Amino acid sequence: MTSELSQTSATMRDNADVAEVLGRSYSAGFITKIEMTGLPPGLDEGTVRAISAVKGEPAWMTEWRLQAYRHWLTMPQPDWAKLSIDPIDYQAISYYAAPKVQPKSLDEVDPALLETYEKLGIPLHERAALAGVAVDAVFDSVSVGTTFRKQLAAAGVLFCSMSEAIREYPDIVRKYLGSVVPTGDNFFAALNSAVFSDGSFVFIPRGVRCPMELSTYFRINAQNTGQFERTLIVAEEGSHVSYLEGCTAPKRDENQLHAAVVELVALEGAQIKYSTVQNWYPGDENGVGGIYNFVTKRGDCRGDDSKISWTQVETGSAITWKYPSVVLRGDRSVGEFYSVALTHHHQQADTGTKMIHLGKHTKSKIVSKGISAGRSSNSYRGLVKVEKGAEGARNYTQCDSLLIGKQCGAHTFPYMEVKNPSAIIEHEATTSKISDDQMFYCRSRGIAEEDAVSMIVDGFCKQVFRELPMEFAVEAKKLLEVSLEGAVG
Amino acid sequence: MLKIENLHARVEGKEILKGLSLTVNAGEVHAIMGPNGAGKSTLGHVLSGREGYEVTAGSVSYHGNDLLALEPEARAAAGVFLAFQYPVEIPGVNNTYFLRAALNAQRKRRGEKELDSMQFLKLVREKIKVMQISDELLHRAVNTGFSGGEKKRNEIFQMAVLEPQLAILDETDSGLDIDALKQVAQGVNLLRSPQRAFLMITHYQRLLDYVVPDFVHVLADGRIVESGDKSLALKLEEHGYSGIGASQPTGAAA
Repeated sequence: MTSELSQTSATMRDNADVAEVLGRSYSAGFITKIEMTGLPPGLDEGTVRAISAVKGEPAWMTEWRLQAYRHWLTMPQPDWAKLSIDPIDYQAISYYAAPKVQPKSLDEVDPALLETYEKLGIPLHERAALAGVAVDAVFDSVSVGTTFRKQLAAAGVLFCSMSEAIREYPDIVRKYLGSVVPTGDNFFAALNSAVFSDGSFVFIPRGVRCPMELSTYFRINAQNTGQFERTLIVAEEGSHVSYLEGCTAPKRDENQLHAAVVELVALEGAQIKYSTVQNWYPGDENGVGGIYNFVTKRGDCRGDDSKISWTQVETGSAITWKYPSVVLRGDRSVGEFYSVALTHHHQQADTGTKMIHLGKHTKSKIVSKGISAGRSSNSYRGLVKVEKGAEGARNYTQCDSLLIGKQCGAHTFPYMEVKNPSAIIEHEATTSKISDDQMFYCRSRGIAEEDAVSMIVDGFCKQVFRELPMEFAVEAKKLLEVSLEGAVG
Repeated sequence: MLKIENLHARVEGKEILKGLSLTVNAGEVHAIMGPNGAGKSTLGHVLSGREGYEVTAGSVSYHGNDLLALEPEARAAAGVFLAFQYPVEIPGVNNTYFLRAALNAQRKRRGEKELDSMQFLKLVREKIKVMQISDELLHRAVNTGFSGGEKKRNEIFQMAVLEPQLAILDETDSGLDIDALKQVAQGVNLLRSPQRAFLMITHYQRLLDYVVPDFVHVLADGRIVESGDKSLALKLEEHGYSGIGASQPTGAAA
């Protein structure tokens, strides 16, 4: 293995000029110049109150945040992940940043912002908007606009920013917020609960099949600012929704913190499909800058026969710490996790899922594809837990790692806790590298090295890409190609 | 078309080819036979540009140009094709998609217009009919889960679509039962043309019953020790390789 690997790296040296020409291009790295308002750096109870006040929140919400903040103070930052993280100075971060002018409707949105989203391929003006996809655009700490609201409202679907939901639909928010990820769940979730500024809210009423894809596009722009978004999706009995989020940030030399919480609730017979294409700025080829991405995502299959499916394509961020999970509470409920995590240069990812089987005959499926290149480190960490009452629970896990070059690392940490003897758990894991044989085979057919690598990587990820909505699968594939530029060659 | 002169090549520091010379003209079919370890596959790999094969002396000219100076993908675009002894699996990559990417990469490099999916599909339809390839093979991932025979047939099918000028078949007959062998041979025969040359590397003469070569060469200890026509292959079948090497005063002993 070692000798084969060094052969690969010899090949790379031979083609160092190709690598130089390509380098890594992060096309979303531009900065939008816009007048901003916000809070100065620092975090105390005053900060929490100020965020709550600027959003015009009711007293119960302020109290909820403060409780979370006090809990957070008692918690240490977790260090169990296979990540090396420089100390984070939580007092040096600004916890709220927003464009100065708050638009009342999409027509009033600052042209500079519209241009930003257009450049990112997400036109917000309805006449130009992506057909069949409603978008909520979150810029730093606030939502700047949501498209197709009228059409969605006609179907009974509520889709708006979290801030608005707290004001307009307090009963629903109060009932479900924190019901899946409690305020004190973990260090980053507690921090998020205290200072979250915006995010998306989705409510699909009983029996409604959401007429279009819903998506949120998160953009970090301001300097020294953390983004703490909070998303809540509730699917009532028998309803269906497919939701996608995308994320980008400008190239900056300092690390920026992104600590999000996403909660999904699926009632009886409901289905939620949640897809992520995460392309936060990963830092440069020397590991300078990039987003620290600490995210808690959890879905609760609260009703019988419900289904929650996570699909993620993670190519960005300097550090990714993320485990989208499903609590399979209802009988015969189904949880799925499909993941492609790609790390290059000095990126670090520790990502995976948790499937908690509580109900009878619950099923879960995990397909994880990790790709490491450069000097990056890529870990899969997953828990499959079957509680006593989960009669006939089934899990299938497939966990594949692909190495490109010899200085990267891939690790797999599967955990299993099974308390019911009728459970069937399967785990398959492979680690492979792009072999010299595969490269030569492609090249001997006329396919150049870089193209051969993208083709092989694309093939490796096929099972996951299949789960993405069509246009996003194309996007994800392109993203991988860009992210791998210079990895071989 | 192809002129190999005094070719010496090393793999992992070990000299495998020791002064091999061979001339191949368009339209000719040459069979390269020889015992295991003689350097047959090394010849195929050196000609198609595999990494790790170091040419220490000699030259290979292809249409008057230095073939050894080209990257593997450039050789492919120039019309050199290697049918692998062990075709490589590429999981998740659709066979048809792979072939289209290969053909278009070659065309692009040659300055020709790339084929769109309709044009390509039409071409593939024609070729599968001629090559008797099952449709189902096209929809699977490249060589993944293929039987030995399917893999070899897929190589010949790729050759049919890519239409090379110089096709090197590396033990394409190995591991095939008689029916699969006949099918593969039929595919090769259909591709014979005055513009195309074949270099068939094989251990056994049975392939030559179905694809009749113009020339047969015996490769032993890194060089060609005897050349002749089809009858040489039959002689080998009868007497084995040991007899050939010994009968040559300048042969394998050097």
